[in-house]
Amino acid sequence: MDKMPAWADAVLVPLISILLAALISALVILAIGHNPVEAFSIMVKESLTSSRGIGNTLYYTTNFIFTGLAVAVAFHARMFNIGGEGQVLLGGLGVALVCLYVPWPHWTLALVGATVAAGVFGAAWALIPAYLQAKRGSHIVITTIMFNFIAAAVLNYVLVNMLRPRGAMEPASGPFPEPTHLPTFQEMFSTADTVLFRSAPVNVSFFLAVLACFAVWLLIWRTRLGYQIRAFGHSESAARYAGISPVRITVIAMLISGGLAGMMALNATMGEAERLVLNASEGAGFIGIAVALMGRSHPFGIFMAALLFGFLYQGGLELAFWTGIPQQLITVIQALVILFTGALDNMVRMPLEKLFLALRKGKA
Amino acid sequence: MDLATLIPVLESTIRLSTPLLLACLAGLFSERAGIFDIGLEGKMLIAAFFSAAVAYSSGNVWIGLLAGIAASLTLSAIHGLASITFRGNQLISGVALNFLASGLTVLISQNWFRQGGKTPTLTDGARLSEWHLPFADSLRDVPVLGPIYSDLLSGHAPLVYLAFALVPATWWVLFRTRFGLRLRAVGEAPEAVDTAGVSVVGLRFAAVAICGILCGIAGAYMATGLQPFFGKEMTAGRGYIALAALIFSKWRPWYALGACLLFGFLQAVALRFQNIDLGAFTVPVQVMDALPYILTVVILAGFVGKAIPPRAGGEPYVKER
Repeated sequence: MDKMPAWADAVLVPLISILLAALISALVILAIGHNPVEAFSIMVKESLTSSRGIGNTLYYTTNFIFTGLAVAVAFHARMFNIGGEGQVLLGGLGVALVCLYVPWPHWTLALVGATVAAGVFGAAWALIPAYLQAKRGSHIVITTIMFNFIAAAVLNYVLVNMLRPRGAMEPASGPFPEPTHLPTFQEMFSTADTVLFRSAPVNVSFFLAVLACFAVWLLIWRTRLGYQIRAFGHSESAARYAGISPVRITVIAMLISGGLAGMMALNATMGEAERLVLNASEGAGFIGIAVALMGRSHPFGIFMAALLFGFLYQGGLELAFWTGIPQQLITVIQALVILFTGALDNMVRMPLEKLFLALRKGKA
Repeated sequence: MDLATLIPVLESTIRLSTPLLLACLAGLFSERAGIFDIGLEGKMLIAAFFSAAVAYSSGNVWIGLLAGIAASLTLSAIHGLASITFRGNQLISGVALNFLASGLTVLISQNWFRQGGKTPTLTDGARLSEWHLPFADSLRDVPVLGPIYSDLLSGHAPLVYLAFALVPATWWVLFRTRFGLRLRAVGEAPEAVDTAGVSVVGLRFAAVAICGILCGIAGAYMATGLQPFFGKEMTAGRGYIALAALIFSKWRPWYALGACLLFGFLQAVALRFQNIDLGAFTVPVQVMDALPYILTVVILAGFVGKAIPPRAGGEPYVKER
């Protein structure tokens, strides 16, 4: 055996990667003339110590769970879906159309309708890249990047020329009608005496995200389709010999991935903005890559990673407000996490493997 | 459309094509050697910032250019380390570097200049001057050819002429030198190069370094020539358009020139005309924005000739034992 124990692979490698990313982030903060410890304590205080802060953190977490799951499902089929941004935008368009033009009697029904629309629109946007990858061998990374830009142009056109209310300057749709408003945590958990989650945007779609984690776990590890997706991801030729159609698996995995990304719009567009705005995704589609890498494409890992990034995002925004450190600090941290857990994985893994081997030899 | 309206559009086509062309040739070297690079955008962005910042503090645009190239080379080194030395995923590394550049440029420029992520506007020696070709003034009155020579071809920054000169240079290096042959071989069949006793790792690092230098020039041109300052996210997806042009040109230098001029022309038209009225219907500006990407997808789909990337592209090379 020249492998290290499973626990080290699943826990130790990501942990060291994260520590490296955190260390360099601290150096960056130091380099721009701030105190990393102070910055960290501000981030913790503003995002985890009040129900308002926790509400904001969970709102971002909801976004990142959806986009993280989307990237992870594609990863299981060994595809890199970098098109989360575009799929989120299209999902938002689906949500907006359903909310604006269908007279929903109650938010529960509206949520069901919007979920279907978000999923279908997001999946539809992943369909062409998936088909091109499966049938014509066009690289999915390049096509999904291109589709991100095309999605931005489509949304820009639709908002400016079709959905924008008459006379409005801002390229955004009109507000969604009252019955489509999702209940926020503030409405759900506050009592007459104490108001909890005051003005935090976290809403009922958080539970939907948790449900999606469970559903993805079921799909990947407890169904025939999930087995086929994983088999295809491990070895395309083996999967082909086993009678698994590569075209079918590629398209289905990408449809699920796109649908999950699209559902992020339930939280951001339907739950928070309550109208369709130009840049509804705010980069969450890309953060999904970091979340999926860090969570090792496992729903539980993704949930934890999404919590961490929710904390970083909310903490980073507050940090910008209190200290003037630009919120782009979050982008830097995100980049470092992707770099260390994704691209430089072997840099951490190889010395660790040697260490474990040396230890084992010492025992024998 | 007469010459007087056409020339300004074509002139801005040349200006807008320049960064695309430099970045596209950068990607060409890297991908021909088998290293996918979707980090062109990030390298341009970080080079744009450091060239503008250093040009502003030193007052010399050429020192700025060197600083931009150095910054871009640093990202290249990380990309090489991740994708060659540690055999990581090249695409993920590129994505990470794009984010790193987009975050760091704003953090540092806010720290240095406190102008919300922008650098101060460059003046005099800190920005690229325009080169006037010989006899540009005296030939202006010649009909048709005069304005083309004096207004269209003359009066650009030196880096513009460099970019266009790099097209035949790239062709020559890749297809007429031993280094170029080996570089292309390492992107098609690295095991063959290794068998011949030539270092795969060395060649790939060389390709990645050339890519870094060219992206550095591209970024420096954006922040000291195309515009006299650095602004947040100023590359605005040009790295990805260059990538699209690279695929559109099927990884060949002369076709890359054509693709970059076409995409630059689309940008110039979108900038100048917004919505285009064709009489029967109007072409909205968003279509012009999306056209490079749509064209690339069509090419990738193989409906108009097939784009086949270098065979060993994206694969880390593991030496046989």
